[in-house]
Amino acid sequence: MIKFIAKRLGSGLVVLFVVSALTFTLLYTSSGSIARNILGDQATPEQVALKEQELGLDQPLVVRYFAWLGDALSGNLGASWFTSEPVANSLATRIPVTMTMVFAAMILIAICAALIGVAAAVKRGWVDRVVQVAAIVGDSIPGYVIGVFLVTLLAIQLGFFPATSTISPEAGPEAWVYSMTLPVIALLINGVTGGAQQIRSAVIKQLERDYVRTLRSRGIGEREILFKHVLRSAAPAGLTVLSLQLIGMLGGVVIIEQIFALPGMGPLAVTATGQSDLPVVMGVVMYTVVVVIVVNLLVDILNGWLNPKVRVS
Amino acid sequence: MSDSVDSAAVAAPVRTGQSGTVVRSTVVRRLLRNPMGIASLVILGSIALLAIFAPVLAPFEENFANITKTLAPADSVNILGTDSAGRDTWSRLLFGAQLTLLSALLCAGVAIAIGLPAGLIAGYYAGKFEAVSNWVVSILMSLPGLIVLLTIRAAFGPSVWISMVAFGVLISPSYFRLTRTAVQSVRNELYVDAARVSGLSDWSIIARHIFSVVRAPIIIQTAAIAGVAIAIQSGLEFLGLGDPTKATWGVMLSEGFKNVYLTPKLLLWPALAMALTIGGLVLLGNAIRDALEDGEKIKHRKKKVHAAEDAASASASKVARKTLAAVEAGTEHHLVKVTNLGVGYPQADGSIKKVVDDVSFHVDRGEILGIVGESGSGKSQTAFSILGLLPDNARIVGGAIQFDGNYTVAPGDERVNQARLSKLRGKRISYIPQEPMSNLDPAFTIGYQLVTPMVRVLGISKDEARKRALKLLTDVGIVNPERTFNAYPHEVSGGMAQRVLIAGAISCEPDLVIADEPTTALDVTVQADVLDLLRELQQRLNIGVILVTHNFGVVADLCDRVAVMQNGRLVEEGSVRDILRNPKEPYTQTLLASMLEGKTPMSMLVSSQKEPVA
Repeated sequence: MIKFIAKRLGSGLVVLFVVSALTFTLLYTSSGSIARNILGDQATPEQVALKEQELGLDQPLVVRYFAWLGDALSGNLGASWFTSEPVANSLATRIPVTMTMVFAAMILIAICAALIGVAAAVKRGWVDRVVQVAAIVGDSIPGYVIGVFLVTLLAIQLGFFPATSTISPEAGPEAWVYSMTLPVIALLINGVTGGAQQIRSAVIKQLERDYVRTLRSRGIGEREILFKHVLRSAAPAGLTVLSLQLIGMLGGVVIIEQIFALPGMGPLAVTATGQSDLPVVMGVVMYTVVVVIVVNLLVDILNGWLNPKVRVS
Repeated sequence: MSDSVDSAAVAAPVRTGQSGTVVRSTVVRRLLRNPMGIASLVILGSIALLAIFAPVLAPFEENFANITKTLAPADSVNILGTDSAGRDTWSRLLFGAQLTLLSALLCAGVAIAIGLPAGLIAGYYAGKFEAVSNWVVSILMSLPGLIVLLTIRAAFGPSVWISMVAFGVLISPSYFRLTRTAVQSVRNELYVDAARVSGLSDWSIIARHIFSVVRAPIIIQTAAIAGVAIAIQSGLEFLGLGDPTKATWGVMLSEGFKNVYLTPKLLLWPALAMALTIGGLVLLGNAIRDALEDGEKIKHRKKKVHAAEDAASASASKVARKTLAAVEAGTEHHLVKVTNLGVGYPQADGSIKKVVDDVSFHVDRGEILGIVGESGSGKSQTAFSILGLLPDNARIVGGAIQFDGNYTVAPGDERVNQARLSKLRGKRISYIPQEPMSNLDPAFTIGYQLVTPMVRVLGISKDEARKRALKLLTDVGIVNPERTFNAYPHEVSGGMAQRVLIAGAISCEPDLVIADEPTTALDVTVQADVLDLLRELQQRLNIGVILVTHNFGVVADLCDRVAVMQNGRLVEEGSVRDILRNPKEPYTQTLLASMLEGKTPMSMLVSSQKEPVA
């Protein structure tokens, strides 16, 4: 098992390296005259040259990449070209905001999607129909559009919730939870509708397996078959569904934070993108890839625990 | 956001076999008969028409601003009102449709152009190319779409086309995986081998046989991907990172959101347009999938109807249970007696297809009855109705089954009486399946799967059950019972797994064992061992056995009596000696002849009856 984890961790690091190299190359070869963008049209050629030197842009790309990599490994991701704030600092203050939201939404998705999906698979009938229709509706409306309508209806028109959620955790847990409710709901609706439907299919697939019939023939009760055997076998598929949703949510949360004016990764990413603030963009990409790798590793470990075939080999 | 695409890739059916042009016309017809299909085509068609004729239909240029008339309500000039810069909402909606549809097409086109050929090559030739592309795919799949698009935007500036090409590349793995899986499943089909032998080049095989298989899944996938592309592109524009010179639904939504306190209606139109377009694509994908799986869908629908009937009949049978008819006098001593049994499956047109029809036989204690017939003769269905393990949608359409003097299916019952059978199953009636590996739960040790039924059924302690399980494993000829007890199913051989299943079947000392082709999936050398084991256990424990098989050799070796089935009907029944020496029915003669000539017993037999079943 330890060997298995080490192997996965190793391949995760390779992915991190490859993605960082590709992103760096992409960003720094195609952004045109970066110094000119920063200084504006009025700057003289001398000023531009000076700025380029200051940013290290006169060096060859490979040299710059490895300089960046060396710094990154020691925790220094550079500084924003516009605010001069160290990227690592910005990330450190913003990641907690985003991650609390993402994890709150993911936990709720996992619970709701599993309950609804299993109910639909076992009971069929109207529950199943509702799940099918909800999946179609959920697929049809992008999550951020749901967010926009939640704000408009529940916050602006009816005043049930604050429209913007700039309340920090220091304002007291209740106020904070209250302000986080709408963004989390906006994040999780698509996840629940899609997840429930996929978990439903996974459970139905398992219920049709031969060994389920054999367990029945051995006199094992339906409830035990469902909870002990079927759900366990369906769990890896469910985990994969949830991990893909989490990855997708790292993108979706950017827009949701923008809508609710949350001080998370979203506004940072959007501003940096708009300004081509490349050190910050690199930082955002790196944070994303690390989260993805950690999530995939956790899913692999859980699957290994659930599936003896993986565990033993 | 990329998650829903992947799910579509997982859910999209990969059809094997030849579903080429022959099938296509029926699929289109089914699609047009499905209200969901028509609705989606009408919605998407109208949006496409509006987009194509936008320059004609739109009263204003997309960026024409009348700054004296901002945030105006709808009137005869601006039929949907104007935005904060005085631009006409209706005109911008139309131009937005144009851009939205084009960008979705571009994205899907790029994804297909990359994913399809790569998937064909990886699936057909496998090898290094597949390994490398799998690795690339796993990286692409692990990146959140929006973050990648933000990076592309930071590098190349705002452009709908660049971001959609990039998203097409990012999402191409879903076509790649779809195509690769489909190709892999077809690659080794016999007709592809035949094409190869007959000298067709690889490319013409791919074009003729393999492409026809992936075509339908690709259309379904494209509908899903176009929807996701629209969602993500509009999201980018909503963030203000799109091309500011273009009218798009995302920009309009963001414009509406900025003025949400003044004119919230501005939000409605772009959101509606988006939901209709993406919803139309989702519905279209579902409708095509339904059209391809029409047969299965009908079964499910019937099941729902049936569930309602079931509830009704359950209350009726409660009344009936009290007055449950006693079995016919003089038949109580039979361990199992099946009388005129019929089993059927509801069909699309409301009729019921019978797979077992008017079958009668009995088994006594200490007796082995062989049920022989070719595939589809209804022998397994008969066995499962005795066990009460028929699929949910199966129905008893006639006759009765009694076990040890009590009905488990009384005359007139539509379904097996589960309340009664769940008390018998495992304890008095047990089952040995055909395929050893798929009948053990891979997530639990063999020991667990032997111990639990004994604890549940016999009510003994775990320790006691463990001792008995080890003894059982020894009894079925396993040399190292401790090791097998602690092993997971994937760690033992097929022959050993079948011994484990036999041990499980006799663990609670049943009166009747139903063995469904217990040796078919095993090596020839192991087959004889398993049959010897069955005979030895049966004699020692004096149990009744129903042995379902297609192999007369097994019957001759093991059985006391034999019932021959064909097309759901019982052709002939009697003692093994009589039937082997002197078969009366031509079908039995053919069956015996086919075996004695040394042909494989599974070969096609000439049907003496019309209307083949299943």
